[in-house]
Amino acid sequence: MSEKTALALKGVTKHFGGITVVDRVSFDIPAGARTALIGPNGAGKTTLFNLISGVYPVDSGSIVLAGASIENVPPRLRVRAGLARSFQNIRLMPHLSVIENVMLGQHVQVSGLASRLTPIAWQRRSKWKEIALSKLRDAGIDVDPDADVSTLSYGLRKRIEVVRALMSRPRLLMLDEPAAGLNSRETADLTAFLMSIAQGGPTLLVVEHDMSFVHELCERTIVLNFGRIIYDGPTRGVGDDDEVRAAYLGRRRVGMTGASPAA
Amino acid sequence: MSGYASGILAIFCINLIFAYGIFVPAAAGQINLGGAGFQAIGAYGAAWLSSVAMQPMWITIPAAMLIAGLVGFLISFPVLRMRGVYMVLATFAFGEAVAGFLLWTQFFGGAIGMVVPAHIELPAICGSAAAVTLFAFYLMATRFGMIARSINDDEAVATLMGVNARATQVAAFTIGGALAGLSGALYAHNFSFVEAQYFNSFLSIYILLFVLIGGVQTAWGPLVGTLFFTLLPEVLRIGGSWRYVVFGAAIVLMMAVRPQGIVTRLMADRLSLRRLLAKRRQAGAGA
Repeated sequence: MSEKTALALKGVTKHFGGITVVDRVSFDIPAGARTALIGPNGAGKTTLFNLISGVYPVDSGSIVLAGASIENVPPRLRVRAGLARSFQNIRLMPHLSVIENVMLGQHVQVSGLASRLTPIAWQRRSKWKEIALSKLRDAGIDVDPDADVSTLSYGLRKRIEVVRALMSRPRLLMLDEPAAGLNSRETADLTAFLMSIAQGGPTLLVVEHDMSFVHELCERTIVLNFGRIIYDGPTRGVGDDDEVRAAYLGRRRVGMTGASPAA
Repeated sequence: MSGYASGILAIFCINLIFAYGIFVPAAAGQINLGGAGFQAIGAYGAAWLSSVAMQPMWITIPAAMLIAGLVGFLISFPVLRMRGVYMVLATFAFGEAVAGFLLWTQFFGGAIGMVVPAHIELPAICGSAAAVTLFAFYLMATRFGMIARSINDDEAVATLMGVNARATQVAAFTIGGALAGLSGALYAHNFSFVEAQYFNSFLSIYILLFVLIGGVQTAWGPLVGTLFFTLLPEVLRIGGSWRYVVFGAAIVLMMAVRPQGIVTRLMADRLSLRRLLAKRRQAGAGA
């Protein structure tokens, strides 16, 4: 394992009660790669994200981030080690303004008591605020920075969450359904934005249902079903894989399609 | 100034400092229902140092703050192990334990209480209240304040932004303890007498109400809440015994209409001087 590997999972397993939600999942993600994690509802994608980011402890297996084992490291230190994520259901801080939400993402960049005790809200401009504002602009988000996030559209909030995750300058950026609920224009903008930040930027691991988004963004796709990996390979091969089709459509239907005379 | 007015002003200033002592941890998501315990520690600390150790006020008051802050620091560890209503009950139990301890310990005068020889004048109390208010506004303007609010909003996500929630809450609880202690010391030196019965659970409940009804999103909350609750009972005095009913109904109404508190972040931002000036500039440019 070297600097070349951004994230390596080995035998990661998680049970909830008697149900195995994540079952011996292993994969390596090279630094700079753009990988999608897909699967039917309940396949364990978000649980896997929660295991990697430390929301839940793993039952067994190892998680290595840029060469360092993190499976026993508390979540906030995993962030310091270079991991950032967004959430399936938007989880911006409801009582913080747009700019404050983004600046919260800078937290791991800020060190020392002095910078924590500087009254940033009283400063008309500060280094941190400028960075946050420019990142919002880069992402094409044009809103009042002092607005309440609850007043913004779903699509905007979704994108602000991606920007917030980027503020820590992560090595690995994990996005949980970033395109869900976006219209086609917003999805295209998001794709372009993620492609631009991925150039020499963070490694991307994306959970997503929108397959055209996945096709455009990710060269590799990992498919989970009932907590196990059933496919791991190039994105363009996903649709042709029998097991993947069976997982999404059911066995019988795949058989029927195969037997139909029109095929 | 009449004795009546200066008396109300002194109580207002002391309650305001006390309210900020409850506000700082509340802004970080910790409800302290044992505020009277911290105030009692400050009051008795200052009283003992003044009457028994014969120290001047420039020693008794900072020392009382320091002691209450230290107790806040120590108590925050067991308290923060608990969640939600259990945390609130733990702080409540702490307040009761302090009152009980003071009542049953002859060292601090027991039920008779303690006389405090050194007297503090009103301007000094007002100055302290102004300084504490400014400090609270400053604290909320820092990154520390922002982090505290984010923990209050969503601790799990704050942690996933790299925030050390525990350390932030311990710091907030310590600062809160020290401020409540300061209010206690000022109380002791202003009224020249302390007794354990004053620092009861009603006081803890009231001061928490000041803060929650004022709002915990900005430092304006405790100021507005304390003003509201100090003035309202005085205004209602003309209604005789009915004032308790009206007062209670007012509290219920406030909670029903504005559960987020009177002042919210958005409201403070919209009414801020900076905003108003920017708006005027914009209007000027447009004309």
